[in-house]
Amino acid sequence: MQCQICNKSEATIHLTEIADGVRTEMHICEHCAAEQGIAVKSQMPINELLSSLLASQPSDEQMLGAMDKELSCPQCGFTLEQFRKEAVLGCGYDYELFEKSLLPLIEKAHNGQTSHCGKIPSKTPADTKKQIELLNLRQQLETAVQAEDYELAAKLRDKIKNSGQQREIKD
Amino acid sequence: MKLTDISSDINEWFNGSGPLADIVISSRIRLARNLAGYKFLSRCSIAEKSEILKKLKDALMSLELGDKIFYISVDKAAALDKHFLVERHLISRHHAFGKGPRGVIIAQRESFTAMINEEDHLRIQVLKAGCQLSGCLEQINRIDDMIEQKLDYAFSPRYGYLTACPTNLGTGIRVSVMLHLPALKMTGQIGKFFKATRDMNLAVRGLFGEGTEAAGDFYQLSNQVTLGILEQDIVRQFENTIIPEIVEYENAARNQLLASQIDVLDDKISRAMALLKNARLISSQEALFLLSHLRLGINMHEHMGATTPAIERLYTLAGSADDADKPGGLSITTINRLFMLTLPAHLQLNYGRPLDTTHRDALRAKIIRSALNS
Ligand SMILES: [Zn+2]
Ligand SMILES: [Zn+2]
Repeated sequence: MQCQICNKSEATIHLTEIADGVRTEMHICEHCAAEQGIAVKSQMPINELLSSLLASQPSDEQMLGAMDKELSCPQCGFTLEQFRKEAVLGCGYDYELFEKSLLPLIEKAHNGQTSHCGKIPSKTPADTKKQIELLNLRQQLETAVQAEDYELAAKLRDKIKNSGQQREIKD
Repeated sequence: MKLTDISSDINEWFNGSGPLADIVISSRIRLARNLAGYKFLSRCSIAEKSEILKKLKDALMSLELGDKIFYISVDKAAALDKHFLVERHLISRHHAFGKGPRGVIIAQRESFTAMINEEDHLRIQVLKAGCQLSGCLEQINRIDDMIEQKLDYAFSPRYGYLTACPTNLGTGIRVSVMLHLPALKMTGQIGKFFKATRDMNLAVRGLFGEGTEAAGDFYQLSNQVTLGILEQDIVRQFENTIIPEIVEYENAARNQLLASQIDVLDDKISRAMALLKNARLISSQEALFLLSHLRLGINMHEHMGATTPAIERLYTLAGSADDADKPGGLSITTINRLFMLTLPAHLQLNYGRPLDTTHRDALRAKIIRSALNS
């Protein structure tokens, strides 16, 4: 649907006004809405905020370490190019692996904050290393299943199972 | 348990009770969590998603969440049921119309829900009527602790709870309040509210309807920052600063209507009543828009003693104003019930089958007429 004011852009804002008993509908674009002072959408939904943050980065070279651009996560295959499209990461390890590239973005999205404070799981979680190990095993398992190597798959399943049971519990 | 067991009435968080309920409809807190050792969903195969779903479902269904706990396979649900769950705020639109094995657990009379395989492996939420964020936080923490006894969450000492999208990173918490702000809108001051929310770094969305427009003057206000701030500090900010400020704006606008624009208020209520009592076809948007004015009239009468010819007529014509259980009794509960039960999926589910727009509009008009004319 086209914007009723400029007849150019796509109408993304749909207004229903009832004045003097007459109901009128208006379909306008965001630009015209802003010009008319209609504050329908003063805030961007979270994901749009993120993609606009991504889009507003000055340039790839400034924003991303040159290395990171070529990088793909060994655990999940995630790349920054995918992040640009989907605005979600592939696994928990990506936060570490792509830290250089993600940090400015995290900082922007969280008002300058870059580290957690707040709730911590009371039961000590499997440490990061172990989480990565598990991710690795699952990735290998998937490859084994795809290759129909059932012997290897069975071994990997046992390993995954055992690593789950050996969870350390600190108090 | 079937959806039709709940679709014929409003849910608890929309029943008009709780602190500041004339303006703060309800409070909501949700936490985003992922399982340790699994990829985030965008990188999971169907088989892995099924495994995550089973693991989380088994863990959650074994918790002590009260006896009326039920699970819905969202990927297998009928389109109408999905729309209903969204209308009811039990699941997100993203969850309803996403892909792959996914589900929702609903417990504690709809005050607790857990979406499995939405954007994160797990998203739990607690909803309460009125301004009750502290209560929500306490309850959701308790449930989160219970889940964590059974499963390992993806967590890093540096970044906290690891989420698929960096905007939820850290606490994974989204604190929201749903607000009814008709007087700010009516007096042309809603911009004040938008400006305040922008200054406080908050996100605003409409509560009902498809887009971001706020049908019926209902707005949902949420925090955006989730990293480097304590959960209780976000809640405290809402309770001590944000909510009082917005409530003050809305009350000032209501006082302004009362003091110098009583004719405007009287006119809006009068028109809304005339249309609602007589319309033969009414769209969901229009119903929300008009009901909002009645809701304002009743609240201004009950909280500020506002009386106009239209408000008086509203009470006499609608029958007993004191008895909320009487179908014709015009109370906030009745209005809230009309808001929710005339939403498209509620209408159709209660009718028993899908209806096209014209039939929906006719049924909606009939339900409203019979509630207001008895
Ligand atoms: Zn335009
Ligand atoms: Zn990864």
